Amino acid sequence: MDMIEVHNVTKYYGPVAALKDISFSVKKGEVLGFLGPNGAGKTTTMSILTCLFPPTKGTAKVGGYDVLEEPIKVKEHIGYMPENISLYTDMIVTRYLSFVAEIKGVPSKRIRGDVDKAIAATELENVAHRGIGKLSRGYLQRVGIAQALVGDPPVLILDEPTIGLDPMQIIAIRKLIESLAGERTVILCSHILPEVSQVCERVIIINRGELVAVDSPNNLQKRLTTTGRLRAVVSGARDKVEKAVSGISGVKGVTVGGETPVGMTYDITLEPQAEIRAEVARAIVGGGFDLMELRSVDVSLEEIFINLVTEETEV
Amino acid sequence: MRNIWAIYKKEMRSYFISPIAYVILFIFSLISGYFFFTIVGTYSLMSSQYGQLPYYQELLNIEEFVVSPLFSNLGVVMLFLIPMLTMRLIAEEKGMGTLKLLLSHPVRDVEVLGAKYLAALSMLAAMLLLTFPVPLFLFAYGKPELAPLLCNYLGIFLMGGSFIALGLFASAITERQVIASVLTFGALILFWVINWAQNLTEMNMGIIFEDLSIFTHFENFTKGIIITHDVVYYVVFSGFFLFLAYTALQSRSWRSK
Repeated sequence: MDMIEVHNVTKYYGPVAALKDISFSVKKGEVLGFLGPNGAGKTTTMSILTCLFPPTKGTAKVGGYDVLEEPIKVKEHIGYMPENISLYTDMIVTRYLSFVAEIKGVPSKRIRGDVDKAIAATELENVAHRGIGKLSRGYLQRVGIAQALVGDPPVLILDEPTIGLDPMQIIAIRKLIESLAGERTVILCSHILPEVSQVCERVIIINRGELVAVDSPNNLQKRLTTTGRLRAVVSGARDKVEKAVSGISGVKGVTVGGETPVGMTYDITLEPQAEIRAEVARAIVGGGFDLMELRSVDVSLEEIFINLVTEETEV
Repeated sequence: MRNIWAIYKKEMRSYFISPIAYVILFIFSLISGYFFFTIVGTYSLMSSQYGQLPYYQELLNIEEFVVSPLFSNLGVVMLFLIPMLTMRLIAEEKGMGTLKLLLSHPVRDVEVLGAKYLAALSMLAAMLLLTFPVPLFLFAYGKPELAPLLCNYLGIFLMGGSFIALGLFASAITERQVIASVLTFGALILFWVINWAQNLTEMNMGIIFEDLSIFTHFENFTKGIIITHDVVYYVVFSGFFLFLAYTALQSRSWRSK
């Protein structure tokens, strides 16, 4: 069953199109990465799903309810953590979470338990009775996730949950998001790729209001490893090595990288689908050079991202 | 209903956690106390001067010389204080960015506005309750009539409610509290003096200007008279600006951002 369905959604801010004819769906229990550079339309999409404003054209449904016709039902299904979250600084954490539980319609008897559960899940016990205004950014983000969790909504939408955090905090929040998956449907918006590739089963890449790609992180990687790359560290005369390697059939080009203590680094670009690691090794060793290291380089999600996004801009 | 109660509690808490509530209540009590002191002082001076003369004795009554001027003055004080009370209601949440999150929860815009309006009304009620020494002293040392006094309280509450509705609207159209406050204050002053133009325009327009004025409808209340027309004016005034506030909040759907 599709928990979230978006059909041909277009959104204009005045004359500016923020979203152009976007369609996608998210299955129950799926963790979807929503990826795009800043200003691509991620937050606009999330604002439409959370009924902050309606789409100019198209329909969006959450849990089978239309965002235009039954916004309250839609909002009951969603736990939302907006980008750059700001909370009521004059409230203490537990009281704020109780307030959220109350307006989410959690029965009074269950509020206490629900709040405690959310606090435990986000490891907020230490600051549970502190004022929100006095919390550090990391804790603030956690309170943001906690308020999304309260009431146990079937859909979680987290918009840039790790922005502005230090590396330790980022790791902690990612672990938390991973632990939250399971039964829930999660949309994770981000412009940081490792985050998405780590946590998500499927990734949507959006740029300038248009969907650029929808696939699993692995498939996306495969799609772009058609042009493979090798990295070799060789000690020996630089121009001779370069000449020897570029002479091999299947090698598209060689660029010299940085120097390491054991030799120079060479980045070797290969023709599509060429499997010539053995030939390269033979050529280097046969030429009388010392081969210190040879490995194939996977295309990282970052590169896929840049690739797709720049392809898009070229069109 | 439950949502309104939850948001109402949050609003009241933030009034009292930030010192806004205490400052406004303190200043209002101080000023109303001072007014009461001077007005009663003047009244007792007049009584000792003219009290011997039978003709003046008829004219000197507490309702007309103490209660009525006191409440007229309190009305003016509220004109200054209510904008401070209402400016933060929505503008603060807009400026801080909490409104977006609040509206992503299953609450209706009407509930948000209703709760905030009720919270400000409660503050108004608290301000008026703190004037309790006034009736206490009047009943201890004089023989005022209860009904006109209650009538004054009703009038000032209705008028204050209208001020708050206007303030809520101003707060809903901006992200800056100061702008909301200045807009409210300016609009209230305009509504106060709009009847000054009545003699400068032709007859029919003059009546309209006179009737639009927010203080003319309060005069009857201070005299102890409840006229449906005045009550309707304040109710319609409040309703109109609450509706505008609602429209302003909804406008995000067609303005977006």
